[in-house]
Amino acid sequence: MLLKVNGLCVNYGRIEAIRDISFTVEEGEIVTLIGANGAGKTTTMKTVSGLRPVRAGTVVFDGQDITHLPSHERPVLGISQSPEGRGCFVGMTVMENLEMGTYARPDRKSKAVKDDLARVFELFPRLKERSNQAAGSMSGGEQQMLAMGRALMAKPKLLLLDEPSMGLAPKLIQQIFDIVTEINSQGTTVLLVEQNAAQALKRSHRAYILETGEIVREGTGKELANDPSVKAAYLGGDV
Amino acid sequence: MSTAATARPQDSGPGFRERVDNLPTAAKILLWALFAVFLFLLPLLNIPFITTEGSDFGGVLFTVATYVLVALGLNIVVGYAGLLDLGYVGFYAIGAYTVGVLSAEHGKLSWVVVVPLAIVAAMISGVILGAPTLRVRGDYLAIVTLGFGEIVRLTLVNLEYLGGAQGISNIPKPPGLELFEVPSIDWSSGAPVVDLDTTSTFLKFGINDFVPYYWLALVVIGLVLLFDILVKDSRVGRAWEATREDEDAAELMGVPTFRFKLLAFALGAAIGGLSGALFATKSGFINPQSFELLLSILFLAAVVVGGAGNRWGVIVGAIVVSYFPERFREFADFRVLVFGLALMLLAIFRPQGLLPPRRTVRAKRADDRQAVLEEGEASV
Repeated sequence: MLLKVNGLCVNYGRIEAIRDISFTVEEGEIVTLIGANGAGKTTTMKTVSGLRPVRAGTVVFDGQDITHLPSHERPVLGISQSPEGRGCFVGMTVMENLEMGTYARPDRKSKAVKDDLARVFELFPRLKERSNQAAGSMSGGEQQMLAMGRALMAKPKLLLLDEPSMGLAPKLIQQIFDIVTEINSQGTTVLLVEQNAAQALKRSHRAYILETGEIVREGTGKELANDPSVKAAYLGGDV
Repeated sequence: MSTAATARPQDSGPGFRERVDNLPTAAKILLWALFAVFLFLLPLLNIPFITTEGSDFGGVLFTVATYVLVALGLNIVVGYAGLLDLGYVGFYAIGAYTVGVLSAEHGKLSWVVVVPLAIVAAMISGVILGAPTLRVRGDYLAIVTLGFGEIVRLTLVNLEYLGGAQGISNIPKPPGLELFEVPSIDWSSGAPVVDLDTTSTFLKFGINDFVPYYWLALVVIGLVLLFDILVKDSRVGRAWEATREDEDAAELMGVPTFRFKLLAFALGAAIGGLSGALFATKSGFINPQSFELLLSILFLAAVVVGGAGNRWGVIVGAIVVSYFPERFREFADFRVLVFGLALMLLAIFRPQGLLPPRRTVRAKRADDRQAVLEEGEASV
């Protein structure tokens, strides 16, 4: 088991953002957390990457308890997140952003980094074309690709993707999900947070449904996609 | 008209920086050496118009040099790490007072010893202030640092041990050498004439001639610049940049943002303390009034006016805020009014500063290009 979250509680001041959440991610899987706005998806993600402190519960990654490990020490272990709202370094060029992705790698000066860069450019040819351009001057979709590419440059065991399809045109959403599937098939485990439930469930091995800070359902992507109540609540009736 | 045209990126050829970069190394070294010699001789050249009439030009240049030093230090905090520090004068004061207390008020330590101690004292105070406050972000940090500057000043006023409101006098001079005399240039006849009667002694730190202090400050600026370039171009510089642009994203990349902010704070404080130490050395007398809040604002103005994040920009900014008020001293109180107006005009017409970092320029240029492209696409 690559990631095991157990009984997680996180507060924003007095407000409980998530309550007693437990889930697991197996190596090689795509696991999705689905839920409406404010259900606690991003909070859960930030807890796994260490940006939010935990009130109760544990996060175990690759056999190691990382519940209270500072966020900047997690990339070394193999956790890399593409943050919500993209979060590129807008003043840096595309290339410099990708280099930042390797910041925590002990082998950042080796040839392995070059191979990873080639792989990222293969997944996102647009980034190669724009490698000397300032990240902030690119379109939303391109910045999303950059954020994902940058996260991949850390060579993670577990890739966290927070709403990669947010604000993108339908055609681009399709493309982004194709790439997520491709990344996964190349051996990277993916934990995905999405509002676009239809696409996400289709691509996921397993999924959890969050409502107001709690997990209310879980199952394989297919099961949930075909479940009438899930369809009604998250898939707009028909897929 | 012509300046407006060159300001537009599409129209300009290779920038000044690119042109310098393209020169052969030998030519570059020669140019820098000539420029350095010019800077060292500047107070003795007495060039008409730029030389201040009302006040001693060597003294003015020394003041400008301390501002440049302060701006370089504050640029690390504000420009590189993106932390708004409104109490920078506190570190300047701590540097000056360390020199005053240890070499005059309560000790007889030599200048060579107290200056490093002043740097260390300022650095430690930077860490002490930064460790609890750098966890808060943005506006709060500005308020906390604002308070820090005032606390330092009020402590100086109220602690008799530190000289109280009277301050500390008779701060000893650095050891000198008195090797040779450097003549100055006299322009009173309309043409430059070498004046062998008005000279500066290399290297005598006296009480009438401030030129040697200016030379000292120039050397210190050179060293700090070298240090600045080395640090900025390293992993540390990149980590600061990432932290400034998006702290969460930087953490996710494995950058210990708090540690790097604290480092920026400590280095900035150290340079501020060094500048204060030079100030105390030259004036020989310090009191709490030398470290008013206004000075913090002026320091910040130097960085912002020049272009936060670009070391050459903030140097220009420091020269603007410290030299012009001295140059136009004859306008008496009006000069402050004009100065304030000039700062406002700059803020309106050149908010990114006189010489913004290349990165900012590039981001903006790419932005414009993108806008043009998108308009093009839309019309198809």
